[in-house]
Amino acid sequence: MSTTYLAAIREAQAVAMREDPNVFIYGQDVGKFGGAFKATKGLIDEFPDRVMDAPISEDAMVGLAIGAAIEGMRPIIEMQFADFSSIGLNQIINQAATHYWRTGVPCPITLRLPSGGTAGSGPFHSQSMEALYAHYPGLVVVTPATVEDAYSMLLESIQLDDPVVFCEHKLLYYHLKADRLPTVNLPIGKARIARSGRHATVVTYSAMLHESLKAAAMIAEDGFHVEVVDLRSVKPIDTDTILGSVARTGRLLAVGEAFPWGGVTAEVLSRVVSEGFDLLDCPPIRLNAKDTPIPYHPNLWKAHRPTADSIYAALSELVRK
Amino acid sequence: MPSPTVVSPEKLRATFRWMLLARALEDRIASLYRAGGSIVGGVYLGRGQEAFSGALGACLSKDDGDIFGGLIRDMSGRLAFGEPLLDPVRAYLGSAAGPMRGRDGNIHRGRPQEGLPAMISHLGSLVSVVAGMLLARRMQGKQPCVGATSIGDGATSTGSFHEAVNMAAVEGLPLVVAVANNQFAYSTPTNRQYACENLVDRAHGYGITGYVVDGTDLQACLETFTQAVEAARETGKPQMVVGKLLRLAGHGEHDDASYVDPALRKEPSGRDPIEVAATYFDDAEVRRWQEDALKQVSEAVAKAQNEAGPDASEESWLALASAHLVEGQSE
Repeated sequence: MSTTYLAAIREAQAVAMREDPNVFIYGQDVGKFGGAFKATKGLIDEFPDRVMDAPISEDAMVGLAIGAAIEGMRPIIEMQFADFSSIGLNQIINQAATHYWRTGVPCPITLRLPSGGTAGSGPFHSQSMEALYAHYPGLVVVTPATVEDAYSMLLESIQLDDPVVFCEHKLLYYHLKADRLPTVNLPIGKARIARSGRHATVVTYSAMLHESLKAAAMIAEDGFHVEVVDLRSVKPIDTDTILGSVARTGRLLAVGEAFPWGGVTAEVLSRVVSEGFDLLDCPPIRLNAKDTPIPYHPNLWKAHRPTADSIYAALSELVRK
Repeated sequence: MPSPTVVSPEKLRATFRWMLLARALEDRIASLYRAGGSIVGGVYLGRGQEAFSGALGACLSKDDGDIFGGLIRDMSGRLAFGEPLLDPVRAYLGSAAGPMRGRDGNIHRGRPQEGLPAMISHLGSLVSVVAGMLLARRMQGKQPCVGATSIGDGATSTGSFHEAVNMAAVEGLPLVVAVANNQFAYSTPTNRQYACENLVDRAHGYGITGYVVDGTDLQACLETFTQAVEAARETGKPQMVVGKLLRLAGHGEHDDASYVDPALRKEPSGRDPIEVAATYFDDAEVRRWQEDALKQVSEAVAKAQNEAGPDASEESWLALASAHLVEGQSE
């Protein structure tokens, strides 16, 4: 029996609620309806008092979670789409992220953000918000790319005593499958070598892991063996694993689905250049989405975000520099 | 209509004494601010709001697990609720011994696990936090309690306020929202803030009970908040109390409030609530209480002035409770 990325997220929430009576879910349509993507389907039947439909009030939803966390609860807030978390931005970055620092009282909340682009979703149902949240002190920001990570990192997020922005990728919900859910896994904060190689390093995360792995397979046909690093969490970011890989390959491509200004790929390049300049054989490359809002039509959308083809093209340039 | 509320002479007197303590403390803080050198950052006074704020604080019971999310002008209410006098003094003077340890200061202070959540500057955003605290208490099956928070006329224009009051009504939470209509948000008068006739009309829109009170009259404030707090306790539903009063200070002590028409001070809402309440009591008694308040303030200020500020070299610089996830800490 195989489990999807989406089912892993649902199962992690069920397990967390079974193990800890302080865990509850608050979000729009998460109750009987089971959530816009069915990530909470059936949970209200097992936990009738701990899965609650929220009014369309992202600011108040996060504020409520903060208050509940102060009182010892471990709320999970489902944002219907990551894009709508902008309405709760103030509560997330100013109230939740600063709370432990200001008061010494932890604020354990998990904010689930269905993230990233899918064909036909357009500018307001496709965004990748990880860089925005990673900028602020006091937040943990994770971006699982596999079924196993979706499960184990969500469980770990709920257990952490800090606010966690859990960026789950909508494109991975249904087609990504695993045979079983893990009982042990790498902790949050550790990156993973998803594919070994010696000619170049690709550092990426979330859905771009899969595009990068396809590109690595493509360029292997040309005789180049590319190492692919899955960051798993973008804050904290595992600089050691990145530098270790670049030390082996001498070449770096950072790939992200988010907008190009600043962000995770810029952070990766900045760290490698400042901490591992001597490891590089040539200038590193960044590949991101275009610097426009995310288009609606598939013809435009496919050209807006990095794909296996555009990653392959960037790698082809990098390995020949 | 609820039956007339009786406020005991003891409660009236005790609340008035918290008002006197708040005024004495704020006068001292303002004077230290003007002298320069000892106050870190700005000073924001509750002058004019002591009756409205103090009555709310006095109608809650910290010992029974009630919650008070005080805001900018709630010195009186916070003290009446049970915040130690040293907390505001230490916060203003930047003492490392204060609850914020120099990481935040002045009005941004609290003891979240003792029913005193710490406000941030973004107005309206504390309402949902108090609602969340109440929801948690209910889910945990704890003894029913009331949570209160206050807000000014300006902050009622925020989306955060609307979202939170609506949500608290939907969730059926025993929340008391005290709206101190002090007629100005910084320099902006209420006709640039809202177009409804009275802010309490909004209560009807949220499906909650609204009350209007003369915010300068301690007796009236105590009667109204007693009703509102008891209604929240008994029905488990939100209540909104709007008090008409006037901010008798600038937005902060850096602001001379020259934009306030002096005629407003002659209106009933421009009365000084301490002068109003003092008429209930014997003059000599009031003077004794004022002297006692000054003494308490002097002792607290002297103590905090002898305490060190935070030492940057001893600061942990950890923004996460999970220290192992702070970069540079795990090795």
